[in-house]
Amino acid sequence: MAADIQRLSPGDVIEGFRLDELLRTGGMSSIWRVSQTDADYPVILKIPFLRYDGDQLSIVSFETEKIILPRLHGPHFPHFVAAGSYNNPFIAMEFIAGTPLETWLEQLPLEIDEVIRLGVKIATALQKLHEQHVIHLDLKPDNVILRPNGDAVLIDYGFARHDRLPDLLAEEFDDPVGTGPYISPEQVLGVRSDPRSDLFALGVILYFLATGKQPFGDPMRIAGWRRRLYVDPVPPRRLNDKISPWLQEIILRLIEVDPNDRYPTAAQLAFDLQHPQQVLLTARAEKMTASGFMKTLSRWLKLRRNPPFAGLKRQLASAPIIAVALDLADRSPQLPEAIRTATQGILATVPNARLACLYVFKISRVQIDEMQDETGRNIFLRRLAELEHWSQPLAVDKEKVTYQVLESVDPAAALIHYARENMIDHLIVGARASSTVRRYLGSVSAKIVAEAPCTVTVVRSKAQV
Amino acid sequence: MRIALLSDIHANREALEACLGHAAEMGAERYIFLGDYVGYGADPEWVTDKIADYVAKGAIALLGNHDAAVFRPDAHMNDIATAAIEWTRTRLNAKQQAFLQSLPLQKQEDDVLFVHASADSPEAWHYVTDSAAARRTFEASKARLIFCGHVHVPCIYRITTTAKVIEFTPADSTPVELSPIWRWLNVIGAVGQPRDRLPAAAYAIFDTARNRVAHYRVPYDTAGAAAKIRAAGLPDVLSARLLQGY
Repeated sequence: MAADIQRLSPGDVIEGFRLDELLRTGGMSSIWRVSQTDADYPVILKIPFLRYDGDQLSIVSFETEKIILPRLHGPHFPHFVAAGSYNNPFIAMEFIAGTPLETWLEQLPLEIDEVIRLGVKIATALQKLHEQHVIHLDLKPDNVILRPNGDAVLIDYGFARHDRLPDLLAEEFDDPVGTGPYISPEQVLGVRSDPRSDLFALGVILYFLATGKQPFGDPMRIAGWRRRLYVDPVPPRRLNDKISPWLQEIILRLIEVDPNDRYPTAAQLAFDLQHPQQVLLTARAEKMTASGFMKTLSRWLKLRRNPPFAGLKRQLASAPIIAVALDLADRSPQLPEAIRTATQGILATVPNARLACLYVFKISRVQIDEMQDETGRNIFLRRLAELEHWSQPLAVDKEKVTYQVLESVDPAAALIHYARENMIDHLIVGARASSTVRRYLGSVSAKIVAEAPCTVTVVRSKAQV
Repeated sequence: MRIALLSDIHANREALEACLGHAAEMGAERYIFLGDYVGYGADPEWVTDKIADYVAKGAIALLGNHDAAVFRPDAHMNDIATAAIEWTRTRLNAKQQAFLQSLPLQKQEDDVLFVHASADSPEAWHYVTDSAAARRTFEASKARLIFCGHVHVPCIYRITTTAKVIEFTPADSTPVELSPIWRWLNVIGAVGQPRDRLPAAAYAIFDTARNRVAHYRVPYDTAGAAAKIRAAGLPDVLSARLLQGY
């Protein structure tokens, strides 16, 4: 029944897949490059070492991956090709021609820009994973591959959890499953339903990439894993003075003990990594020594008394990124007001929403250079002030709102691009009322509705109609 | 092969029609009815004839406790269920009653068992409402997969290699792999009288080729079914509960 690694050799054929080359042998499986497939991309076979002498974990994690991988779609996950039966276990999947994140570990600490770039890529992949109902629960450098185009691919779903399927691992094992440096505090406590566990692991990865040190070390035993519940890590700026306060803010927020103190979603994290000037700095940013034992202990006790763990779906739904696009240069007050009313209604239903206020400004090609001088700078700052003024009545918490000016010769294209890059969930735009303007400029909102990768609300002021 | 599994129809024509229509759209190729075609609802004749039609075309229909109570009074039934059965008996003709009487308690095909209530003494109509009851069912049968009804609340139980019984509430329309490493018990929800606070009719499709089961919820005309129950003079609670799914 068990696939015996000793007996597999190049040239062997497993259900039509010819084994070409043994790429890797891990603790639970071996990975073979195979040929003779119909796929138009290279394929590997993952063959688990299934032994029926008590190694239940490898069996259950193989089943878990076999169930979850076929349900994932998009560039951030290996394409599923086929899976073998119970008696002939294997999973055939796309071979990711890219660079494993492990490669970067040879040159730690990395340049800060590189840490940020990798952080954005991995956060983007995580968001796509969470949107497909899956929590990875074993995110670590071994499980991330960067495609040549820069996209991060997450592999190995052996410990993953699909929030609409039975959790095969949950009650089969009394001990938590995970990897020493990266496992989240709540996983150590046995919770496998919170997507923010993956954000904790990503925080550990970013800390490691930026400092060369693991914030919680590499404990091998579960007793050692528990220390992260009450031991506060050394602030990363202490280890690398090139880390800016805002990046420390982000990293320390990700590795908070209480999931409610972390980012609510990977999309919101990616957003902050791409807009550092908008990160609200707290005491975390300036911290230069680890918190004392008692302080962390009190956080842990709070966590144990009052578990805040959220299910995946609820967590994502409660923390969308909402972008609202305004053209305040258009001097009629009715439309901005109508947009504000609509925004208020939408925000009322989602307590953890992040609001991005965008001042969209159409410019001609000639103007682009003009905006670089001092006059241009002043105009830019005035627009930010106008945006902030517009948003005051919404009374959104400071850390949940950002202001940006988008200048483009094609505002619709710029907004669509913005929505895609920032994983916006909901875009609110105004409709121009005047048909004359529409005739000359085309309808910006119609193009956005047709092409934006998210929900779009088009607001029209009744006063204008 | 996609097998539609329908249980606890309880003389609810509107709910059965909605589920049969949904199952046909989902590509069901075979039908297995897990019992309780009558009792509570206002359309016992229509439902019984419909099931008999399906059986004539190759479907399997098992006996439920309400069906059995039509020809064999059941002292364990509560007053409301008994009142509904007494009314039902007056509505069914001899042929319909004979059809119910001909139904088997359970049916095993290879390593799959179909039964109305717990496999542990099926004629005793034990409810599989928790892990302990599920364990008794697992112990009473050698089948790898067991499908039953009777509870009116959908649930999936799995017994692990370390003999733990684990309960899972299936998500609507999401296929669940019934991995051959374990044994699985699927409690199919009720077509005609759901009791999990969701009024939509419940049924499931078992895909034998892909070895997975999907539980579905199908909205139907609950107001119409409830109005007929009131018009028939059956106890008020039987119509009221359809609207709220309790």
